[in-house]
Amino acid sequence: MNDRLKLRPVTNESGIEIQPRYGAMDVEASGGFGFIGEPGEYPFVRGIHPQMYRQRPYTMRQYTGFGNPADTNQRFKYLIANGQTGLNVAFDLPTQCGLDSDDPLAHGEVGRVGMAVDTLRDFEIAFDGIDLDKITVSLTVNGAAPQLIAMYLAMAEKRGYDVAKLRGTAQNDILKEFIGRGTWIYPVEPSVRLVGDTIEYCARHAPKYSPVSVCGYHIRESGANPVQEMAYAFCIARAYADDALARGLDIDAFAGRLSFNFNVFGSIFEQVCKFRAARGLWAKIVKEQYGAKQPESGWLRMIAGGGGGGLTFEQPEVNIVRGAYYALIAALGGAQTMALCCFDEAYTIPTEYAQRISLRTMQLLIEEMGLADTVDPLGGSWFVETLTNQMRQKMEETMAEVDAQGGIVKLVAEGAIQAKVSAQAYRMQRAIESGEFRKVGVNCYRNEQADDLEVQMHPYKEEDTRRQIASLEGARGARDVRRVGEALAKVRGAAEGGANVMPAVVEAVKAYATVGEITQQLAGVYGRYREPVRF
Amino acid sequence: MNRPIKVVVAKPGLDGHDQGAKVVARALMDAGMEVIYTGLRQTPEAVARIAQDEDADVIALSSMAGSHVPFCEKLKPLLEQAGLSDKLWVIGGNLPKQDHARLKELGFRGVFPSSSRLDDIVNFVKANVA
Repeated sequence: MNDRLKLRPVTNESGIEIQPRYGAMDVEASGGFGFIGEPGEYPFVRGIHPQMYRQRPYTMRQYTGFGNPADTNQRFKYLIANGQTGLNVAFDLPTQCGLDSDDPLAHGEVGRVGMAVDTLRDFEIAFDGIDLDKITVSLTVNGAAPQLIAMYLAMAEKRGYDVAKLRGTAQNDILKEFIGRGTWIYPVEPSVRLVGDTIEYCARHAPKYSPVSVCGYHIRESGANPVQEMAYAFCIARAYADDALARGLDIDAFAGRLSFNFNVFGSIFEQVCKFRAARGLWAKIVKEQYGAKQPESGWLRMIAGGGGGGLTFEQPEVNIVRGAYYALIAALGGAQTMALCCFDEAYTIPTEYAQRISLRTMQLLIEEMGLADTVDPLGGSWFVETLTNQMRQKMEETMAEVDAQGGIVKLVAEGAIQAKVSAQAYRMQRAIESGEFRKVGVNCYRNEQADDLEVQMHPYKEEDTRRQIASLEGARGARDVRRVGEALAKVRGAAEGGANVMPAVVEAVKAYATVGEITQQLAGVYGRYREPVRF
Repeated sequence: MNRPIKVVVAKPGLDGHDQGAKVVARALMDAGMEVIYTGLRQTPEAVARIAQDEDADVIALSSMAGSHVPFCEKLKPLLEQAGLSDKLWVIGGNLPKQDHARLKELGFRGVFPSSSRLDDIVNFVKANVA
């Protein structure tokens, strides 16, 4: 038999050759079963908890927010009424870039891709009537994270919650914003220091709060392959950890509150092995490089989902099926939290209807498909264990390359990572257009009759901008001007003196200082980022 | 024409999704054009100024976050004042069908929504630069 020669060669996106079949010998050749362990035990390849979803299914946390805080509050309540178990808040671009709604640069963008926030008042409205002990909230904000974390803590405290026990997450991963997503404000180094400020502040005052969710997700969307997604994210996580350690914090005082955000589109097995490999690698880094003593310091707690880069504009209804496979990947991969991009997201921010389909998709894996019954059901497969070992080795190689080139902060500041992933995105786009990389509905099985589903667009209302600006003016008019001025001066003073700015930012938001006013104080000291354009 | 076609690729407004803009910029460069990529967060004033300073043949915007119509409404008079009315204006990105007529009316002769092919963009630019 010489039939192997006739088989088409298969190489996964991470550059690993996939064999037509695997056996015990392949696992041995890739490093064996030695680095797997039991669920809930180091190195946590099989999951960070011994019982995983049997004890508690993944949290379902669709990314939501638009218009005014009152509109978003209604959508939050709709999702919670439909069985959603966490919130993941989308902010509009002015908020994310540290601008007030009446800033000339905010023209046309207020409330468009997320909820507009100017002052603490907006947080009070957005979370009104939501039990923050039962529903944990994730804030998708990076450049303006200090202000919004401060607002969340201040809002919760005002409602009587004990901040020392409050759970929640902020995305607050600025290094990946320079690679993809783009909501940076200040230059790279002070931006990293601000992340350190939030880690230090939370470790001391809100120890259950996760101040950072390190994102491979957007690096992958920008063109990285699955191995690079994890390797760059871990390099970034180490940069934040190094900053926190340099402040005298103990690794065990904050590492357990670092969380992660990863993507899910691509081959099911490559993705699942990516998560298994990454769990082992992160545990190893935290234990061996940082000397953590608490096992939970090395837990790779993650939201996995989204998958936007895999969804297509063509035949949008087929994205519902893709979303179901992406949810399966996240569940087989052992994610703590899941969110799915909706089928209409190549067109619009999701409608209520599309959000509900995504939510039902995640629910049916738990209720009908048995995904919450057994831990790491793919563990022990010769193929899966081989690929897990191979993916981990590739991630380690990629991290070593970054270190050899001077580290992630330097490479991001120079634009080198950006240039690398964007070159890959270009090659991938060419491969899709040539048909070499198959996408159903795009380069094969196209609908030649124009009978694609007509996607209903999320409406954008100009009057929302006027309402938001009126509300901002109302909040500005009602505050103690002297207290605001003093609080803002303290923010500036802390930044100038190289102190942690968070205590002053918390005081400023409590005085109803705006997102934009606080940004101006910080930018007055740090300056503003200038993007290196490199091809 | 005895010099390569010169294209300013700009990211308007606050939208940070630059993967598409960079991919299109590379496709234009591969086709022999000279590309000036502005980076993110460009105001209408900055786009008009860069296009004028660079003596661009083509002004290409990439917008993914929905504010393309208000942005282009501000940009159009600025490009006209800068004497760039005879240049080729194109826009790509997440551009809902119902906005295409408005964008064309504003002077954007090439409108390339998500799913457009790189070769179609390149060929359109080549065919439409005077």
